[in-house]
Amino acid sequence: MRTGAQLLIDSLIDVGVETLFGIPGGVVIPIFDVLYDSKLKAVLMRHEQAAAHAADGYARASGRLGCCLATSGPGATNLVTGIATANFDSVPMLAITGQVRRDLIGNDAFQEADIVGITRGITKYNYLVRNAEDIPRIIHEAAYIATTGRRGPVLVDIPVDVSTSKVEGDPPVEFDLPGYNPEVEGNSRQIERAVEMINQSERPVLYVGGGVIAAGAHKELIAFAEAANIPVTTTLMALGAFPEDHPLALRMLGMHGTPVANYAVMSSDLLIAVGARFDDRITGKISEFAEHAKTIHIDIDPSSIGKNVQVNLPVVGDARQILAQFTPLIERRDRAEWWGRIKSWQEKHKLTYRNNGKLKPQFIIQQIREVTGGDAVICTEVGQNQMWAAQWFTYKHPRQFISSGGLGTMGFGFPAAIGAQFARPDAAVFDIAGDGSLQMNIQEMATVASNNTPVKIALLNNGYLGMVRQWQEHFYEKRYSHTELSGNPDFVKVAEAYGVAGIRVMTNEEVRPALEKALAIDGPVLLDFHVDREENVFPIVPPGERIDKMIDLA
Amino acid sequence: MKHLISALVKNEAGVLAHISSLFAARAYNIDSLNVGETEDPDVSRMTIVVHGDDAIIEQVIKQLRKLINVLKVQDLSDRPYVERDLMLVKVATPAGKRGEIIELVGVFRGKVVDISHRDISIELSGPEAKVDAFISLCRPYGIREVVRSGRIAMSRGVKDE
Repeated sequence: MRTGAQLLIDSLIDVGVETLFGIPGGVVIPIFDVLYDSKLKAVLMRHEQAAAHAADGYARASGRLGCCLATSGPGATNLVTGIATANFDSVPMLAITGQVRRDLIGNDAFQEADIVGITRGITKYNYLVRNAEDIPRIIHEAAYIATTGRRGPVLVDIPVDVSTSKVEGDPPVEFDLPGYNPEVEGNSRQIERAVEMINQSERPVLYVGGGVIAAGAHKELIAFAEAANIPVTTTLMALGAFPEDHPLALRMLGMHGTPVANYAVMSSDLLIAVGARFDDRITGKISEFAEHAKTIHIDIDPSSIGKNVQVNLPVVGDARQILAQFTPLIERRDRAEWWGRIKSWQEKHKLTYRNNGKLKPQFIIQQIREVTGGDAVICTEVGQNQMWAAQWFTYKHPRQFISSGGLGTMGFGFPAAIGAQFARPDAAVFDIAGDGSLQMNIQEMATVASNNTPVKIALLNNGYLGMVRQWQEHFYEKRYSHTELSGNPDFVKVAEAYGVAGIRVMTNEEVRPALEKALAIDGPVLLDFHVDREENVFPIVPPGERIDKMIDLA
Repeated sequence: MKHLISALVKNEAGVLAHISSLFAARAYNIDSLNVGETEDPDVSRMTIVVHGDDAIIEQVIKQLRKLINVLKVQDLSDRPYVERDLMLVKVATPAGKRGEIIELVGVFRGKVVDISHRDISIELSGPEAKVDAFISLCRPYGIREVVRSGRIAMSRGVKDE
């Protein structure tokens, strides 16, 4: 005889969950009771939003299923931002919520929320469990859905009386999902036509999105790009999918992309999109995006194709398999004229910042790269910190850069870094933070302190909601409405109050020794970098403008 | 333009909410929606009539296909199909007019399903235009109540693969 709660934990272990992130509450006490002496490790977070982000960070850092657990009502609704974040970036995640007793559902019971209804639009699928016997099957099904096809979060809502009811024997785990066929092989005729288009193109560009990382296709991407001699630009979500120090790399494109990436895309005659979705931060003015180019779009999700732009040739399927099929068919062409233009853009328009003696965020990120040998896992918050982290690190490996790309969730980076550190205990994990974002989940200091999780927070403290302030500077006549964070605490003292080491850094000269000191500490550290307050992210494409119309450092 | 979307879905709680929210998210009002069991009791057929931009409807259809509890989606608008509306209508019967109305029912091959002193209830099925025409002919007598089923439709010829 096992209870529903026991069946749940046994099933989670069956599908490979080793660590989950959560907070107890009334209706999940039976589940936490099982976790009390389970081999499944539960990490106590301090806010459910952070539990969802930690599960998300765990999944992004490892490629495995992340798992979070919260109680009904406010516990469940606190997960919502984290679930939406994972959904937007196609992260495999399982969110378990408690629910009120079956006979109370719909009666406005204490801590009741219709979380299945609330999360319908932000999950890949969700379940309300009605019988304890169904738990093993539903968990297997949920894990399968979350980790196949275009990955995404699945929520399983379990009423407390289902958790406590007892079940004889081993309920079945087999499932049948006739409406879900995620294993798509690329159509061979489409693949041949794509190769033909690529071979004929004079100015091709590979535009690579997060789907390449999700598909584990980075090796196939490198092999294909090298065989074809085609330049590669990556979205924010794909940083690390193609080594940024590779001679074919144009690095990131879009609103804060490198000039060479944006010029190349705008001048190309063939855009090969792989696992990318033509987001507005990539395309800028969409009607003029890559206007001279034909487009091949490779994606696992047919609904991504043709959503934002007209595509000349869609190829639906797994990026890894399709790229591997491309490589033997491709002709290597020199395209000397095209590469000549690219090299001259690269020479003429390097990323740069003005060295005025003040502490520079770009310099800090370069230094983090150097002290970690370029191998650190970098999590970011959202805003200027995120864009500087994207521009100034030079990523070499997939799953090395972890950031909320689609939803743009401030407060994501710190709990995601906690999850990433649990997934990769031996890696150096940094959260590159802003003072606005960090304060949205600063309570997780208690989580890192109590677990001695060695996450290093590199706080780029400028006392502003910096990206909004920058927009106000460029586009709103410097009317800094409500972007100055005048009530900021002393972050070093905050860290110390939690039992976390705090180091304050005021000058460029102190950066390197402070980072070395932080890495020598076997535990969490907050580095409070007081950076040049009105430093901006350049280049920037004004919203709605063509992406080759960048504002760069004058 | 008008689209007639036919979807096979799993017969379970939440499917309807999933589907309607895809349309609601784009502020598209569903003109008519009909759900009923198919030959397989675990599977329901939904017939949805919606007006909207072709490209956006195509995108909605792709997203419908993506839903795990949706088995198959077709846009019937671009192929031959048979469609029917079922209507129950209660028409007032002013003095001496009942015979006239019953005659109309005969012409439209409807059926009288209930009669009282002051009104008559009629069942009628057919393509939308026929049902609309009947309503307009009855209007002068006074229409008390109309209940329509929403469109059901089926592609002509071979059964869908």
